[in-house]
Amino acid sequence: MPRTNIEPQFTVEHLSVLDADGNLDSAVEPPIPPDELKRLYRSMVLARRFDERMLRLQRQGRIGTFAPIKGQEAAQLGSVATLRRTDWMVPSFRETASMLWRGWPMEKMLLFFAGYLEGGQPTADQHDLPVCIPVSTQLPHAVGLAYAAQYRGDDAVVMVYCGDGATSEGDFHEAMNFAGVWHVPVVFVIQNNQWAISIPLKKQTNSRTIAQKALAYGFPGIQVDGNDVLAVYAASQEAVSRARQGNGPTLVECVTYRLGVHTTSDDPTKYRSAEEVASWERKDPLTRFSAYLQKRGLLEPGLEEQVDREIAAAVRSFEATAGADPLTMFDHAYAERLPALEAQRTAMQARFEHAAGERPAGAAPAPPSHESAATGGDDAAPASPPMRGQRRPWRS
Amino acid sequence: MAKLNMVKALNLALLQEMERDPDVLIIGEDVGVDGGVFRVTEDLHRKFGSTRVVDSPLAEAGIIGASVGMALYGLKPICEIQFSGFAFQCFHQIENHAARYRMRTQGRFGCQMVVRMPYGGGVRALEHHSESEEQFYAHIPGLKMVIPSGPRNARALLASAIRDPDPVIFFEAKALYHAAKEDVPDEIETMEIGRARIDRPGHDLTVVAYGAMVRVAREAADRLHEEDGVETEIVDLLTISPPDRETLAASVRKTGRAVIVHEAPKSFGPGAEIATSIMEGAFLSLEAPILRVTAHDVPFVGFARERANLPDVPRLLAACRETLKF
Repeated sequence: MPRTNIEPQFTVEHLSVLDADGNLDSAVEPPIPPDELKRLYRSMVLARRFDERMLRLQRQGRIGTFAPIKGQEAAQLGSVATLRRTDWMVPSFRETASMLWRGWPMEKMLLFFAGYLEGGQPTADQHDLPVCIPVSTQLPHAVGLAYAAQYRGDDAVVMVYCGDGATSEGDFHEAMNFAGVWHVPVVFVIQNNQWAISIPLKKQTNSRTIAQKALAYGFPGIQVDGNDVLAVYAASQEAVSRARQGNGPTLVECVTYRLGVHTTSDDPTKYRSAEEVASWERKDPLTRFSAYLQKRGLLEPGLEEQVDREIAAAVRSFEATAGADPLTMFDHAYAERLPALEAQRTAMQARFEHAAGERPAGAAPAPPSHESAATGGDDAAPASPPMRGQRRPWRS
Repeated sequence: MAKLNMVKALNLALLQEMERDPDVLIIGEDVGVDGGVFRVTEDLHRKFGSTRVVDSPLAEAGIIGASVGMALYGLKPICEIQFSGFAFQCFHQIENHAARYRMRTQGRFGCQMVVRMPYGGGVRALEHHSESEEQFYAHIPGLKMVIPSGPRNARALLASAIRDPDPVIFFEAKALYHAAKEDVPDEIETMEIGRARIDRPGHDLTVVAYGAMVRVAREAADRLHEEDGVETEIVDLLTISPPDRETLAASVRKTGRAVIVHEAPKSFGPGAEIATSIMEGAFLSLEAPILRVTAHDVPFVGFARERANLPDVPRLLAACRETLKF
């Protein structure tokens, strides 16, 4: 029997609307109302300046490690802006711009990176998951959310983010496969920022594009210029509406660049050249979009000062937050506080009261060398009578 | 009331919980048309259709990860992992996410979901089909870990696990699936998670067991009664985490002696936590060191050597007699 070609011809498109100087290809320009364009740009400026401010706060020791987004504002905002409030947004750990757009207050995001879990708590009506740190593990959650939306008959769409490094993980492929088989309303936005810490894309995958990985799972993938907010918007809008109409998932690969560090613990000069960074700085998504808006007369003066004031107010409000109450660590481990946790909480409270010299009358201090007994004797079982007379309490 | 084996009893719990709550759905490999490799989900596919009894692609992380997403949306997925030995391929989804979303979001989201897995040996199975890994799950804050010991409590505990707002890892002893039939009431029955039961009262010695080891404990207790005139109290733990420390301590305050039996390897196993709970709650009542009868600290030994590795009646009897003589 001869070999026959069973594979149809797949295509992977690349979409670009604005060139590096902000010149428009009007044939592919998405119809975005002027106010929305202004809001997008404002959000890009806010995200950029907030990110820069966070970096300074981290260097000053006022917040902990975080993953800066500089250079990826268009990829995040062009995609997230195509969602409705009732849709779901599932971030990885580098989606500050998307999260700001979805209404996460800056104070809360600062709290998160200052080590407060309160910073990861979405509001009751917010359809966002919090930051997810293990790479790619949020992708199956998005598929499950999308399955659930379809199961309930809701028309919600789920947008989930990951980076180029995440496409090597098993969960990426399992999520893509499940999404394809189940035909659920999910949009995978891959921010291909060229580097997974020190590993360049070439060492991450031998595929020519990330977009084409979708084809293997039976749904479309498109590559866009991720530093071109209009291209990202156009591709995302198409993907979101395809999902909403019941036509299944899409992968949108945003080709972008992490202009800064991987996280604040990273030194990228070890693994990439200044020339490479400079070449991507010339493709800065903010410069390109502002050039375009300038030509259309949509650039607002004084925007930077305006967002800086907002950021300063958020930082003040964040720094005025009361210290974390350690006792609340027991509140959300389970839906109800288990007896063991109740006992551990009581022991902690007693330690604090003792340390503060406010020991309630009659309460015995926990003997330091028996701390594990004090915290681990969870059920506070009533003391049993000694069975062997020689045993005595270690102190009276 | 019907006489059911554990497979049928579990099936009844699934059926009734799905009938009473449209948010409950089943997802796993071969759970639909095939009814699961152990037939626990048999016929549910026919009754509830393929969107509620979901034959998933063969990928454990996908199953648990997608179920986490469903639970975040408000559904109540019951996942079947075909054998507990394969759950390491989704362990990260369980530990990093199912167990943590409530804490991470400070109560905004929780993962109401059950992960069912057959576990344990005694069925002459190959590697990854015979192990006992309950200690890994019992150690994870945010999870509950349940192991029933018979058809009736399996059915009632599964119903409770499905209704529990927190993620529950539900281990089913393969050796018990078809081992015995029990009267199981037709009407829905639940059972409090976190409560052990006294399987057999006694005053000379406490044997702590769960899952398939409860059978071993019963046989040893019979022998001790007949041959030694010793009355053994068997505590059937049922919930591994959170353990019922009160029942454990109360039993040993009465008997003064304890032997723990489990199929998981010894070191850092559930026996260590159980022994500590007894020490904390009944130290002054103890007349002898607490002993553990468990699998040895070796990887899978192959079923040709399995009987030498797993706890059996002679080993448990020897440990009981040792503690009685101390």
